[in-house]
Amino acid sequence: MLYLQVLINGLVLGGLYACIAVGFSLVWGVLNVINILHGSFVILGSYVAYFAYVHLGIHPFYSIILAGAVLFALGYALQLGLINRVVGAPVLTTLVLTFGLDLLLNNAMLVAFSADYRSIQLANPLGRMDLGEVTLPLDRVASMLFALGLTGLLYLLLGRSRIGRAIVAVRMDREAAALMGVRVRRVYAITFGVGAMMAGAAGSLLALIFPISPLNSSEFLGIAFVVCVMGGLGSITGAMIGGLALGVIESFAALFIGPEHGLTIAFTLLILLLMFKPTGIMGRRGYE
Amino acid sequence: MNKKAVVSVAVVVAIIAALPVLGDNYLMRLGTMFGMYATLALSWNIIGGYAGYPSFATAAFFGLGAYTGALLQGAGVPMPLAWVAACASAALFAALLGLAILHLKGHYFAIASLIVGEVLVEVATSWRSLTGGGMGLNLPVLRMGVEAQSRLFFWSMYTLGVLALLMNWLVARSRLGFGLNCIRQNEDASAMVGINTKRYKVMAFTCSAVLVGGAGAMYASWVYYIEPPDVFDVLTSVKPIVMALLGGAGTVLGPAIGAGVFLVMEEVVWRNFLDVHSAILGILIVALIFLLPNGLLGLAIRRRKAAIVARLPTLAKRRKA
Repeated sequence: MLYLQVLINGLVLGGLYACIAVGFSLVWGVLNVINILHGSFVILGSYVAYFAYVHLGIHPFYSIILAGAVLFALGYALQLGLINRVVGAPVLTTLVLTFGLDLLLNNAMLVAFSADYRSIQLANPLGRMDLGEVTLPLDRVASMLFALGLTGLLYLLLGRSRIGRAIVAVRMDREAAALMGVRVRRVYAITFGVGAMMAGAAGSLLALIFPISPLNSSEFLGIAFVVCVMGGLGSITGAMIGGLALGVIESFAALFIGPEHGLTIAFTLLILLLMFKPTGIMGRRGYE
Repeated sequence: MNKKAVVSVAVVVAIIAALPVLGDNYLMRLGTMFGMYATLALSWNIIGGYAGYPSFATAAFFGLGAYTGALLQGAGVPMPLAWVAACASAALFAALLGLAILHLKGHYFAIASLIVGEVLVEVATSWRSLTGGGMGLNLPVLRMGVEAQSRLFFWSMYTLGVLALLMNWLVARSRLGFGLNCIRQNEDASAMVGINTKRYKVMAFTCSAVLVGGAGAMYASWVYYIEPPDVFDVLTSVKPIVMALLGGAGTVLGPAIGAGVFLVMEEVVWRNFLDVHSAILGILIVALIFLLPNGLLGLAIRRRKAAIVARLPTLAKRRKA
């Protein structure tokens, strides 16, 4: 029964990991940019949810929309104003640029919100449900369902909507898409915005579970790395499977080896995967 | 480089080496930092500048060197020997790591090299019996005066920087440098014309680690105390890249110039804006990418080329007359 409980905890965590990683994966896949800002985007989303709850009494589940909108605007502006200019440059340029922007954003958050860990104490939590010997923490389960729902929505957006098809087209062949009348630069900006939006939404869900501080951003960035490489770059189902797998692995590792080693194990796994199977568990696939 | 350039570089190197004459402790500290930064930036240049592989492994080599040096010194090994051993351990580690991850390209290589440092942090933090874990490690105190110490560390670190510059010069002139240049431009084509790309890349990666390991060990001896987040700081990987880009990546002198300029800017920012220094570093990076994409040396070279082009009509006229 203990194992079942650990498995469920892992899946709950993994759903959130999937939501963190999916925006990162989208940006990497479509723009070929590793967005070092992603971790700070998640944290900013958490702060939006935190302040919305503390000052306006908005439940974090509703501030997904707010955080998503704020982050979309930020991401869209950053891409249109800065990153678009170097999007075709060598890997090092975009990496160093987003790293610089991350230093800026993270420092701004440190100054504005301080490094203190904050957390949301819900006035009326959903509590927990006992199923036999397994306990379900309902708030966390609901967050995970929201996270998976958002990931699913993104999947639908890419598959069904006009802008989604444009994003997929640009990913497949930029020149051909441009010839078909797709405005590539705008699609890039929207893609980056959507990536940031997913980070913001994930952050607002995470605000219920993890303490919030700018110091945590690199941890979330690391998670996005691992999930993307595990699931294989460029597919939403890959990110979903990678996220769930990482969550389960981490929670079993915490049980057998010790909770403080969760991320180390994830990173070790990442290096091994990169060495032996860099295309990820799912193999290389696009956003078809 | 022509003879004139070599002589002028040698003169500048000699002038900086005479820094202790001024007897100013603050300047000596800056000089030591300069030696360290130049070592890191010039070392990164071999893999990142010549071969074009975006390595973020500098912090891993630095931290590994620092811990190797600190542990050996703690066990009673004389300081210079501990430094040499740190170089050797970093080089060996880089060679093995290179064999494992240099087949990755672009982003994947960048991430793999970045994560290696993160894993080493965790190892150093968890292996309490060996490394003291998160409590850090104290080094034996040297029995010599403060002045003598600052001179010793300045000259040691500076020598390392000069060695790194020599290494760049030698690599740039050699077959290895030529091969790395080819690999940066088109790796498949290089392999096709008979360059052993794997061997060259592993050699470049090893070169980019050996002196960084030594710098880590010297740093440990210099500050007497190390802890995992300090010596494996991710910024230790990023700063050398910024310095190299600032001066001009893939050139012999560029990274050294970049290290000097960066150090001065960092000092000014650290002293005046402590709260927002990483934001200012971020702004500097963004400005660098947009305003100086080829670095200071690239700018100078382009100016000179433009001047020659501008003079072409007059030259042609003169020839006609």
